[in-house]
Amino acid sequence: MQNQNRRRVSVALRALVLLALAVPVGSGALLSDPGAGAQPDRGVVNVYSARHYGQMEPVFERFTEETGIEVRFTFGKDAELRERIKAEGRFTLADVYIGVDAGNLWIASREGILQPIPGEVVARNIPEQFRDPEGRWAALTLRLRTIVHRPDRVGPEELSTYEALADPRWRGRLCLRPATNVYTQSLVAGLIAAHGVERAEEIVRGWVENAPAENVIDSDTRITQTVAAGGCDVGVVNHYYLARLLNDDPDFPVRIFWANQGEGERGVHANVSGAGLVKYARNVENAIALIEWLTEEAGQRLLADGNFEYPANPRVEPHPLLQGFGVPRIDPIPVWRYGELQAEAIELMNRVGYP
Amino acid sequence: MWATPETAAKGLVRRGRPLPRLGERGASSALPLLPLLVAALAAVPVLTVLLALAVPTPEVWAHLWATILPRRVLNTLLLVLGVGAGTFLLGTGLAWLVVAHRFPGRGFFEWALLLPLAMPSYVLGYVYMATLDYAGPVQTSLRGWLGPGFSFPVRTGLWAVIVLTLALYPYVYWLARAAFYELPGSAFDAARVLGHGRGRAFVRVALPLARPSLVAGVSLALMEALTDFAVVRFFNFPTLSEGILRVWYGMMNREAALEIAAVLLLLALVILGLERRLRGRARFSQSRGRAPGISPQPLRGGRGAAATALCTAVLLSAFGLPVLQLGLWAYRDLGGIGGAEWAGYGTLARNSLLLALGAAGLTGLLALLLAHGVRRGGPPNPLTRALVRLATLGYAVPGSVVAVGALFALSRLDHALNGWLEAGFGITVGLLFTGTALGLLYAYGVRFLAVAFGSVEASFEKLKPQLVEAARTLGASPRRVLLRVQLPLIAPGLLTGLLLVFVDVMKELPITLMLRPFGFDTLSVWIFQMVSESMWTGTALPSLLLVAVGLLPVMLLVRLGIGACGAPNPRPQGGRA
Repeated sequence: MQNQNRRRVSVALRALVLLALAVPVGSGALLSDPGAGAQPDRGVVNVYSARHYGQMEPVFERFTEETGIEVRFTFGKDAELRERIKAEGRFTLADVYIGVDAGNLWIASREGILQPIPGEVVARNIPEQFRDPEGRWAALTLRLRTIVHRPDRVGPEELSTYEALADPRWRGRLCLRPATNVYTQSLVAGLIAAHGVERAEEIVRGWVENAPAENVIDSDTRITQTVAAGGCDVGVVNHYYLARLLNDDPDFPVRIFWANQGEGERGVHANVSGAGLVKYARNVENAIALIEWLTEEAGQRLLADGNFEYPANPRVEPHPLLQGFGVPRIDPIPVWRYGELQAEAIELMNRVGYP
Repeated sequence: MWATPETAAKGLVRRGRPLPRLGERGASSALPLLPLLVAALAAVPVLTVLLALAVPTPEVWAHLWATILPRRVLNTLLLVLGVGAGTFLLGTGLAWLVVAHRFPGRGFFEWALLLPLAMPSYVLGYVYMATLDYAGPVQTSLRGWLGPGFSFPVRTGLWAVIVLTLALYPYVYWLARAAFYELPGSAFDAARVLGHGRGRAFVRVALPLARPSLVAGVSLALMEALTDFAVVRFFNFPTLSEGILRVWYGMMNREAALEIAAVLLLLALVILGLERRLRGRARFSQSRGRAPGISPQPLRGGRGAAATALCTAVLLSAFGLPVLQLGLWAYRDLGGIGGAEWAGYGTLARNSLLLALGAAGLTGLLALLLAHGVRRGGPPNPLTRALVRLATLGYAVPGSVVAVGALFALSRLDHALNGWLEAGFGITVGLLFTGTALGLLYAYGVRFLAVAFGSVEASFEKLKPQLVEAARTLGASPRRVLLRVQLPLIAPGLLTGLLLVFVDVMKELPITLMLRPFGFDTLSVWIFQMVSESMWTGTALPSLLLVAVGLLPVMLLVRLGIGACGAPNPRPQGGRA
């Protein structure tokens, strides 16, 4: 009994030491390419992507089919991908950075991890409003952040603008996404751009008073489902979350309302996902080929339709399901300004106690 | 002052180690080199964080204190109090129940109550959220019966505390159970003979004797709660670690974010200080090989049923029902899953497993080196104690901060190494540390060394000092004493530590996200990605897989019978002196 125990222990210990030595060495050597030699790999492009959704794979597969260029990618949160590209410097594997939220893309360009995309294709395909002024990144898809409601509880005639959601008649009836979410941050940045800080702060304070803690939900899907269940009467979400739910269940009782469409109003708030060319990209040619392809018909089709987003290229028609949403007028502000105002937006939300 | 006979005798023993110190270089005052190295390596990322304090951002700082920080400090304190009390009560109570009583199902619950260890708190959090909030199935059915006006709030601090308590109590249960098994039944019986009831004997004898383990368990749970950022986000209970992400990702102000991290670190240090205090004077060494434990008391009738019901309730809410819900989602998802997806999940599981194994092995070895190294030079002194504290600080720092600290430090090393090699030899090796799994394993080591070290150290503390003295007197070198005497005796503690690190790494998120090699994904990363897109059904299968893989070591330990330091069923062992 005792001997058996001792033998077990010694076997376990030996296994431990082996493990401790073997796995780090093995994993260090085998699991990855340390980027040695800084040689361009022919026929490959490496992507760091904050966009995933399981829908990037079909897009990249198609690109490989058409061009013969293999796409390798890793995904993560924007801030982390940027920190990583910065730390890796000239050894980075990243050729293309795909970010979500215009603010994130703006910061990437400001932090110096991107370089201008040469050529005319991207500028021809993507409107100026959705591009970096110096051409370092361009939007691929648009996500419109707007109001959703259940028509049997709130008629469209009761709805008008983001600003009007601050009205006390929505007390306890509003669902919002928390301040930590980039979409919220850019939406508030948009308010600051339109009205200045003081007025924007009044509006956001009104929102917070109207949304009890239970209604501040860190998921656009859940906000929409809560509106459907009657937990709140109006919510502010990206349009494609509703589109996904409607795609799964055509009888889903929630409808979209395009905000700020009235005369003299600025239009609905548009955010983007976009692609930038990494400064130390080793496969520059392939990276440009990928970015350009993503802004053309074929890439736009797959990229936008896979997630019910609007193509950033205005010559590409949106998904049929989105055509049922009507054609909203979009706020003409250059989207990179959200990046510029993002920190200010958070300070504002900190001041009004936005959760 | 005159020496009493005892102190004189002690002095004799200490001074009079009569034989030459074979293989021991230098005197006991020499610097413990190996622990110094381990501590220095482990401290680098944390010190990087503290260095941020040298770049003050007074305006942002003033703004933060005027706006979001007071509430976050308060919430953090409430969370610590709630989770501390919750895990202590649940972990200790359940452990005492299964160790000192007999009731229907005891044998099953004894190991089953460990299962929630494999359940990541963020998975438990989103399952609770998605099931219990307004749009979830529970409230929807209740509204069906009670009318459309019915609802109850879920996004509150209370629920954050409940979920974290359910996810973290196994840390306390695990250590408490082992400690209660080790209690000498004689001490407990003595208290009974002296007229204490069982309950009173538990409070007066069992709790104080088990205190080091209980305190260690609760402080493990508290460090996890302090650095959690997902559960508090789900339940809208923002704490300091949530504030770090808000300021860093949102305001793009890394310096201010690291300053908040420093505040968090300070709070953690207070807790660790308290832990030292509480553990401090309570040092009991095993006086015998294995004393007979406490004889379990049968609970009959209603009391037995109540015990069974309590264990069932905890097990169901921390593990059974969430797994069932995940199973339902997974079932719905199964239709859309083909061979490619299964292969993908397989790769994710393999990657998680490899990382967890590697990290457990590496961390276990480092913990052993540290624990042994600091006591080689004699009893703990201020220097060695400081080293240990430095080396285990990483556990008190949120994973995202450790990750960024490690990334900064290692990438500088990478660039320096390449610069040197290029200048000297014309070779470019690329990113040897940040581009491979090495950086990841290093960061895991920094973050989880405290976990492994805690168990190893506790085992070392329980060793009779005379045992080592005797072996040394017989001429064994310190290394031989370590290998032949100490290691076999502390092996259960070491394995416990390895298991905890293994499971922690399986569940780990922020470090894995930031430092994993290009294109190298794990189950936890995948789940995170799906959760942040609210694709509940898509998270279900990988979550179940994660829980299943995390269960392997738990089951293994239960099977090996060393879950409770060699005594799952406390029968008196033969061969006792």
